[in-house]
Amino acid sequence: MFTPHTHADVEAMLKTIGVEKVEDLFKVVPEKNRFPDLNLPQPLSEMQAATELDSIASANATTRDFISFLGAGAYQHYIPAAVDNLLQRGEFYTAYTPYQPEISQGTLQAIFEFQSLVSLLTGMDVSNASHYDGATAAAEAVILAYNNFRGKRAKVLLSRAINPQYREVIRGYMQANDAIRIVGDDPETGIEPNLKNLIDQIDLETCLVMVQYPDFFGRIIDYKPLIEAAHAQGALVAVVANPTALALLTPPGEIGADIVVGEGQPLGIPLSYGGPYLGFFAVKNTLLRKISGRLVGETVDTQGELAYVLTLTAREQHIRREKASSNICSNQGLMTLAATIYMTLLGKTGFQQVANLCYQNAHYTAKAVQEVPGFQLPFKSTPFFHEFVVLADENVPELLAHLQDHGILGGYDLGKDYPELEGCLLMAVTEMISREDTDYLTDVLSEVEHA
Amino acid sequence: MREPTIFELSSTGRTGVTFQEPDVPLTELPQEFARVNFPFPEISELGVVRHFTKLSQKNYAIDLGFYPLGSCTMKYNPKINESTARYPGFAATHPLQPEDTVQGNLYLMYTLQNWLAEIGGFADATLAPAAGAQGELVGTMIIAKYHKDHGDLKRTRILIPDSAHGTNPASSAMLGFDPIQLPSDERGNVDLKALAELCDDTLAGIMFTNPNTLGLFDENTAEVIRIVHEAGGLVYGDGANMNALLGVFKPGDCGIDVMHYNLHKTFSTPHGGGGPGSGPVMVCEKLVDYLPDPHVVITSPGDEETPPTYGFARPEKSIGRVKAFHGHFGMLVRAFTYIAMLGQEGLRDIAEKAVLNANYLQAKLKGTFTLPYQRSCMHEFVLEGYWKDVPDVHALDIAKRLMDYDFHPPTNYFPLIVHEALMIEPTETESIETLDRFVDAMLKIAEEARTQPELLKNAPHNTPVKRADELKAAKDLIFCCYPAGEWEKK
Repeated sequence: MFTPHTHADVEAMLKTIGVEKVEDLFKVVPEKNRFPDLNLPQPLSEMQAATELDSIASANATTRDFISFLGAGAYQHYIPAAVDNLLQRGEFYTAYTPYQPEISQGTLQAIFEFQSLVSLLTGMDVSNASHYDGATAAAEAVILAYNNFRGKRAKVLLSRAINPQYREVIRGYMQANDAIRIVGDDPETGIEPNLKNLIDQIDLETCLVMVQYPDFFGRIIDYKPLIEAAHAQGALVAVVANPTALALLTPPGEIGADIVVGEGQPLGIPLSYGGPYLGFFAVKNTLLRKISGRLVGETVDTQGELAYVLTLTAREQHIRREKASSNICSNQGLMTLAATIYMTLLGKTGFQQVANLCYQNAHYTAKAVQEVPGFQLPFKSTPFFHEFVVLADENVPELLAHLQDHGILGGYDLGKDYPELEGCLLMAVTEMISREDTDYLTDVLSEVEHA
Repeated sequence: MREPTIFELSSTGRTGVTFQEPDVPLTELPQEFARVNFPFPEISELGVVRHFTKLSQKNYAIDLGFYPLGSCTMKYNPKINESTARYPGFAATHPLQPEDTVQGNLYLMYTLQNWLAEIGGFADATLAPAAGAQGELVGTMIIAKYHKDHGDLKRTRILIPDSAHGTNPASSAMLGFDPIQLPSDERGNVDLKALAELCDDTLAGIMFTNPNTLGLFDENTAEVIRIVHEAGGLVYGDGANMNALLGVFKPGDCGIDVMHYNLHKTFSTPHGGGGPGSGPVMVCEKLVDYLPDPHVVITSPGDEETPPTYGFARPEKSIGRVKAFHGHFGMLVRAFTYIAMLGQEGLRDIAEKAVLNANYLQAKLKGTFTLPYQRSCMHEFVLEGYWKDVPDVHALDIAKRLMDYDFHPPTNYFPLIVHEALMIEPTETESIETLDRFVDAMLKIAEEARTQPELLKNAPHNTPVKRADELKAAKDLIFCCYPAGEWEKK
């Protein structure tokens, strides 16, 4: 199957090595532990495996079976056919990390173009070659900021309107650092869009203020006053951004963000039950040498021809060992390629069209939902992109179950993470939701009210 | 020939994939938030397809040839894996769907947790870590939390053999541990005397790669584990080299407490040009409660008529969440497919053929290249890429010259304890013909080193670009290309 050895090959090889049988090569393994039994099912042929996996996959109901309003960090978008077609070229996906530039120019140039597109999209100077996902990219931003002040500023302010999973991952990454204080996302500071309570906590101890754009509730908030306040105290500002939104919205780099990170999944990467996705990470030039992860730079070869290489590697774990700021090695190579192809294929026109479809469909849906008796938009005075909060008179789990019975995944129950938002639902609407889908949703919601 | 960048290929007004216009009443975006400048590339669909196809042709890849890349396990990535991972039943599921709608996914994850634990001899596993390095991070988090829970706050030191993987020191440092380098003895094993001296009540544990990066199974494995355990430390196994041990040895049986696999090495998921990886972590019984969130469990056992129900549960003393959602699910589908097709015998066959191939290459090459540790190897071995009679020729030159013979170079200059190291891992999926061609190339290069050393010094000669000026890249710091006019604005 996956080993090509004939009986004759094995005999010839054993003779060359000078042992009688293959087992002899394992004599160094303690005898009592050698060749244990593995309690695994009988092996399947490829055909049987295909059938078995198909039957497992069929035990799921997917976003194609439902009309799905789930977002909260992962978004259903149309992926043009060319993206996966190109991704399936063996020259890309069976290649190793491009440590040997002479035979890796394809991967290197694609990453260089990814870095360029992310820089443009975010309005930043430099992007790295990716992190595992948006959450770990956010955690790496905290590490960067903390190291930037050599531990002299130990306070990190997180907005409560950052994805709760991201905040949990940040705390997980920093769990061994007793000096660092991660605050600002408590219920008292709250989620008011004026950010006053958060801004009031910025002081000379603060190394980083992190906000999300659009925030976890989909709201588009003016972060200029916050960024000015942070900079006045010498603190850095990191913005967790949604890349689709940035095709329409002023990029964080233009309003003064020092670091922009985010989840690249919306850029042509399938939902795939949460991964593999892609964390993007971009900074201003002043922080360039503090960035973790791989960076591709432009240079020339011995003939003077343009070439791309992994560069500034002395920052990384394999060289700097325990002094490296991060242990990241493998990143999301193939996912950056998917995002690069997606962004290039859509280009200026298609990308803005997608973002506008999200914006328009979401606003149509939000208006339609709030017209149904028993449903309100608690944040309706704040602009939003493609996600919005709905306050229901109903018990949310029951409402979601009712919608599910009618073929709708209604959204994300915010009460789980935000006690103050008990009864609230986070709904996402992308270009994949048609006007008819929304009209059907409001029909079903109306029935709930009348039931 | 150089392929232009996407910005050079762009022409104003051209479109690739476009979308329909909205069919709903329009809402204006508030002007104060509206983006003014969006200079993204404008290329036709064919233009984009040709661009990326041409880029692909500038890569070396497993599908094109042999990758004897030590400690990277560049084995064949079965095509069926790519197919199953894309089944819409998997690929179109949202990570926050209600558990009752994703029983297939949860069954697959639960089963894979158990298979991976069984293969390594452990009690349980987490599939959350995104890559090997994140698996190490999770493992060290578990070690840290375990000691903390036991009030053992003095335990701040982690021992790392000098033959360990490069990520180990950085991973332990991220958890605030002091990584202490542990020397190897003259046979390439952990130096037991040095180990005993470093073991005291400040020891948190050891990160033990076995087989190590010399490709050697530590002859004192049981002894190393006993000494660390007696000092109250935990043993972390770096499972990056598990390809040698599938069905041969269960590290958990021998007392390893926690270990990660790299699914993109041992379990055939593709390297993708540098990721995505996947680094599940297995633990022994006493560490099960520390596994990260989320963990898949049976929520209702079912009976003869109804299958069990699966769901997520946060382990009691969990180290928490290390990444959003549930790990690299797409990679899990691939690894599941692979293990399902192999079973016990297939897995053991993998390890046997991987070790057979490595020993065959070692036997053929050791006369021409210096083999510093004269032992039977496991799945890989390390040669010196250096000869005293031609001191100007280095491992790097040999590596680059191999490209001209259409081979990917071995890992070079690692492990650090071998002078001018060339670390060679053939994997089990290569045939004797391929191995022989590689041997011929290596022997030819050894001859060229004496007769035409400039052929090596200037290599490679036949690649899309020649040796790149890495100093210039680090000096110029050009990380982006921009549309005309945008760069000047900056």
